[in-house]
Amino acid sequence: MNTAARPSTPLIPELDTPLPRVTDPTGLLKWIGSVDHKQIGIMYMVTSFVFFLFGGVEALLMRLQLSQPRFSFLTPQDYDQIFTMHGTTMIFLVIMPMLIGFAIYFVPLMIGANDIAFPRFNALSYWLFLFGGLLLYYSFIGGGAPDAGWFAYAPLSSEFNFTANAGMNYWGVSLAATGIGTIGSAVNLMVTIWTLRAPGMTLRRLPLFVWMVMLNNVLILAALPALNSTFVMVLFDRLLHANFFHVPSGGQPLLYQHSFWSFGHPEVYIMILPAWGMISEVIPVFARRPIFGYNFVAGATVAILLLSLLVWGHHMFTAGMGQTLDIAFGISSMMIAVPTGIKVFNWTYTTWKASIHFTTSMLFALAFLLQFTIGGVTGVMFASFPVDWQMEDSYFVIAHLHYVLMGGSAFALWAGIYYWFPKITGRMMDERLGRWNFALAFIGFNVAFMPQHFLGMIGMARRIYTYPDLPYWHLLNLISSIGAAVLAIAVLVFIWNLIYSYLHGRVAGDNPWDAFTLEWATASPPAVHSFEQVPPVRSRRPIWDLNHPDRADWKNPEAVRGI
Amino acid sequence: MFSHSVLNPMSPQGQAISNLFIFLMIAAGALFAGLPLTLAYTLPKYRHRPGQGDPPQTYGVLKMELVWTTIPILLLIGVFGATISTMRIAQPNAIKTVDLTVIGHQWWWEYRYPNGVVAANILHIPTGRRLNVALKSADVIHSFWVPELNGKMDAVPGQTNSLWLEADKPGIYEGACVEFCGTGHAWMRLSVVAQPPAQFDAWLRQQARPARQPSTAMQKAGARLFAQYACASCHLLRGRPSNTHLGSKAVVIAPDLTHFASRPFFGGGVLDNTPANLVTWLHDPNLVKQGVHMPNFQLTPSQIHELTAYLESLT
Repeated sequence: MNTAARPSTPLIPELDTPLPRVTDPTGLLKWIGSVDHKQIGIMYMVTSFVFFLFGGVEALLMRLQLSQPRFSFLTPQDYDQIFTMHGTTMIFLVIMPMLIGFAIYFVPLMIGANDIAFPRFNALSYWLFLFGGLLLYYSFIGGGAPDAGWFAYAPLSSEFNFTANAGMNYWGVSLAATGIGTIGSAVNLMVTIWTLRAPGMTLRRLPLFVWMVMLNNVLILAALPALNSTFVMVLFDRLLHANFFHVPSGGQPLLYQHSFWSFGHPEVYIMILPAWGMISEVIPVFARRPIFGYNFVAGATVAILLLSLLVWGHHMFTAGMGQTLDIAFGISSMMIAVPTGIKVFNWTYTTWKASIHFTTSMLFALAFLLQFTIGGVTGVMFASFPVDWQMEDSYFVIAHLHYVLMGGSAFALWAGIYYWFPKITGRMMDERLGRWNFALAFIGFNVAFMPQHFLGMIGMARRIYTYPDLPYWHLLNLISSIGAAVLAIAVLVFIWNLIYSYLHGRVAGDNPWDAFTLEWATASPPAVHSFEQVPPVRSRRPIWDLNHPDRADWKNPEAVRGI
Repeated sequence: MFSHSVLNPMSPQGQAISNLFIFLMIAAGALFAGLPLTLAYTLPKYRHRPGQGDPPQTYGVLKMELVWTTIPILLLIGVFGATISTMRIAQPNAIKTVDLTVIGHQWWWEYRYPNGVVAANILHIPTGRRLNVALKSADVIHSFWVPELNGKMDAVPGQTNSLWLEADKPGIYEGACVEFCGTGHAWMRLSVVAQPPAQFDAWLRQQARPARQPSTAMQKAGARLFAQYACASCHLLRGRPSNTHLGSKAVVIAPDLTHFASRPFFGGGVLDNTPANLVTWLHDPNLVKQGVHMPNFQLTPSQIHELTAYLESLT
């Protein structure tokens, strides 16, 4: 058993003394000048939640416009900017940074470290993200928002002839800035996990959330540079007539697609891996038993990481790549279903012979299982490329990706917020409001997005601002819009719950859920110096061991086999 | 609901894909039905009851891991086989002879037949024959999709993609551009009119004729306006003297109007082709279809009526 995981001479100096500060700030300055991973984590979460509200309002505007055929609430110019900003916001300014915020806050706590490896670099990453996002939104008043869709295919996106306003320039510059911030946080978290683990916290004892964050960072480092190079090519084409994608000068539109999706598909996993990690923490705690098949959940994630770098072409089955590439990308995309299935089955069987507490957090996690699986099943259909030829770019894709990102990542985040809010604020979230939040979100989400599968099957294209009154198009769109409104109410209930619980919630105590991992050994909220003393780590569940000494994992040969 | 959908196809290609789609839904559904079924069993049975302590701490069962690794692999091998055989039926890898060229424009479709006929938005095809379609774009990426007939294929500038198009039965099949291509994307719709071969041949012969001469005074005034306002610098009228300087190699900017009155709709589907709608359109095209490249010629109401009379006579 390896109890000395940390090298004898640490790469990163131990943060025994607080970092130097100009003054001892209070109020807003305390936040702006902060290099504390917990404060920066909270700033990530709050900022991305504000962007979530922006993206949500954009979604509601779209659903209002689509609620009736030939409706003239929005012009196509408005609609194109709004759907582009909705997608861009939700992906780059909400899901990614929200997950990163959780990682920044909890990874050091979960591995028994007192801060992140490079605290000032951490602050830089956050400010790059914030100002990148602000720059993107400034485009609305600075000459028009981007209007070529979140994946902005060239030559539509790369030539002023086709996208005449300045929006696509803002898009390239601002997302490159947030992208550099993301790469920075990935480096930071990676070094933290590799070098600052408490004694005894071997890689095979890492909480699964930390495992998934670690793999996520590998993906970020592999994928984001491809994205940033794509931005550079688009900006060079637009501003310097560089002709990467200008066809009459020999440019290649498919080069854009290969370049973008070689980032874009790993990105899908960047947006789900930490969410899987949250599910892997929440379900065992509320099922009161260890995760089923830890090794398989962790190992399957490694397989997914490797495969996810080889599947980008499945976004291009209708681009005319030729059947050889169609077959190659079809095979790799189908293969990814196997490890994903392993994970889903393991989460499901964690409820086997358990003692399930139906907290709001657990309800969101269970809804995640169902919804993510529906998105996964439709995903396998897209890997079978003749089906993709039919369903690609229709509302079936919109339904699929929202089942993965909204029904998947967002529901996992909700589970994570209800689970960790007591640790962050020291107060419990209100369970009664939480149940309303869950019920409205579950119903609203499924009513909004299930009909979109059918809209795709009857031929509705994505990204159209209006449509003719063909049979069932109006009805299904109206149902979808009603679902979106219910979902909006769920978000309002959630905000009310956040405010109410922050002010009046029941005081949580250090470990209100009797949870298993190291962050629950700190105070709620944790002190600036999180750990005075890190509890001994002898198994995957150090706090379970501490609180249940007679049933401790490290005494159970089955639990510590090979670790 | 699915009478006009990918699940009610009207061609061998569409049928093959539909079969694959249904097979996948059943296979994936059967596999993942295990999940809600398991939860339906475990959630009520293993719910926490007051006073109950923590359950036995178990860590996984290797045999079950192997089962749910192996079964999906076997299933996916089957899916892969079905995928390949569907692929062979549904789409060509490359085509040798071209029966029809489809060109995507912002925001309308141009169809070129081997005999020189050029049509827009409404595509006529003969039933029972598999057409080799070459797909091109004049500007940005578009995508040609008729859900009842076959999967979609992108029209990418600088590249020729290929597609098979076939219809078993006569009928009108709705379709659209499905790759976002700019402001007018929503109104880049199309329809495919499948006709028995004899009827199709008659249509093709009719369309090969030059534009009809104006006969009434209104139509003649409209024809003069058409030349005067340089409509012909974008819209081809085959057989009219005003545009003889545009050879067949000219860059096509806007739909060929030689047989405009024979089309059931115009503007990429934004309006049905009626004289009243054409009046609305000519009054200000951008008000009807935002983003459209056709300028507003500031025509007077009488000019609009003369042009309408002429264009609606072009059967």
